[in-house]
Amino acid sequence: MKTIGILIETDNGIVKDANLGMITLARQGGADLHALVADGISDETCAVLAEYGVTQIVDLGLPEESAQRLNPQVRAEYAVAAVCELDLDGVFGLSTAEGKDLLPRVAALLDAPLVMDCVAVDIKENIGTTSQYSGKVMADIQLTGEMLVFGIRPNAMAASASPVEAKVLSPDLSVKKQSNLKLIAWEEDTSSDGPVSLAEADIIISGGRGMKNKENFSLIFDCADKLKAAVGASRVAVDEGWIPYAHQVGQTGEKVSPSVYIACGISGSVQHFAGMKTAKMIIAVNTDKEAAMMANSDYCIQGDLFEILPELIKQL
Amino acid sequence: MQIYVCVKHVPDSAANIHILGKDKIDERVAFLLNPYDEHAVSEAASLKKVNPDSEVIAVCVGKADAEKTIRSAMAMGADRGILIETEESCDSMKTARALSAAIQKDGNPDIILTGKESIDAEGMQTMFRVGAIMDYPVMTNVVELNITDQTAKVTCELAGGMTRTFETTLPCVVGAGRGLNTPSYPTFPDIVKARKKPVETIDFDSLGVEPPNGSAKIVGLSPLVQQRSPKEITGSPVQIAKEMVRILKEEAKVIS
Repeated sequence: MKTIGILIETDNGIVKDANLGMITLARQGGADLHALVADGISDETCAVLAEYGVTQIVDLGLPEESAQRLNPQVRAEYAVAAVCELDLDGVFGLSTAEGKDLLPRVAALLDAPLVMDCVAVDIKENIGTTSQYSGKVMADIQLTGEMLVFGIRPNAMAASASPVEAKVLSPDLSVKKQSNLKLIAWEEDTSSDGPVSLAEADIIISGGRGMKNKENFSLIFDCADKLKAAVGASRVAVDEGWIPYAHQVGQTGEKVSPSVYIACGISGSVQHFAGMKTAKMIIAVNTDKEAAMMANSDYCIQGDLFEILPELIKQL
Repeated sequence: MQIYVCVKHVPDSAANIHILGKDKIDERVAFLLNPYDEHAVSEAASLKKVNPDSEVIAVCVGKADAEKTIRSAMAMGADRGILIETEESCDSMKTARALSAAIQKDGNPDIILTGKESIDAEGMQTMFRVGAIMDYPVMTNVVELNITDQTAKVTCELAGGMTRTFETTLPCVVGAGRGLNTPSYPTFPDIVKARKKPVETIDFDSLGVEPPNGSAKIVGLSPLVQQRSPKEITGSPVQIAKEMVRILKEEAKVIS
């Protein structure tokens, strides 16, 4: 890949941190990097993208109207128009919830191969490493073709700065047709201090069977609040109705790669590990020393989480 | 309505996966209907209940053994099946071409349902490619589907339980999420009946699918091994919490 387009995710106009690791990764093959920005470009956006090595910042110029701007098909069509107009030969994007609805659209419109949720990419060989078989296997998938698309798992790669001069491009993009997929209702995450999204979180604190009931989950939430962490849960906790499905980590939930995963009262089923095995550090708190989570952690604490968590909240 | 459901024959999520050579798995494990596709088949069956003159057709790309998955889909409500048989493992670009070609050859879909992803390849993209080839709108991780006349109102789930609702025309492609329904598992008479339903087998190569201009190929598989050696943190709750804070600050460097 000589010229890579990077689909930038923003949160209220601020470039999300998860983009920076992806840019660091895309930079490794020496390709010319184009940031494809759908939600407007501020001076801060330019500054942060240039600091991490993006030379061209492309304003996709989406319609202002939210129903259009937030529609994943419209976003995909503008991104594809930019990729064609600027003659790019690679596209990188994040495997976040947004990305899972955007990247496959981009790849399908370009009729280009895609590997989603990469925890590593070998830029020279065009090989993406991703999980398969419910996270039991890591697969190296080699893409061939004139245009390649990689979805990057947030936090899979540490960001490092490499400042360059960047210029802003506003190409006149011809978007062929109106999609007949109409967005008619949506919830926008407007609060920047709202709950942290699981997929992108740097720290996750999760509760399982050991939480015993719904009320006790407030301990996890309080702790997450102090840590600026996202709240996760095991399937048991979700099935018991202690916490909504959106918090489930595992094979049928979210797959995450945070810097730190704190597992509270989670025994560690194969299915749960499938969703968090790639965490850089695992801290397990459990009354049962023999729990699989304890044996597969970096730090294990045998003890009562109802004594330890309140103390942790106090000290944070 | 003509309702197509794309299904995949995948190893049971509980199966132990053994790697053979560098890029294959030992397929001597239980295979079944992809769990997300169960939601798609269930939804097709409920659509048929409301529109009794509908036909539900399960379509699958796979080896001869994948007929079992089509039979499972038929036990859950599909009326007939199409198996696009190939010994090769296909990437999503090839699979989408074959599914689209077989569906277009077979009939005129009002809707194409499938699971939001397969639990083996976890590629999350085949449905989008089918949509692009057939020029149908695509929605993924669908948790609510309402069809009136030729319009579908579809709610999709994003992270954190946030939702988006779309309105679109039929035909369209719907990727079923776990929240769409609770699959009703077949009774014994359903299973017996499914044995008598017709399955058409089409040879993949006979579809005359143009080879795609790109590919995704597995070049290596490795088990995800754990290489962690746990260090125990002991002491009173106060001491444990203190040590946790130190680790988060000094080792993980995630808090200041």
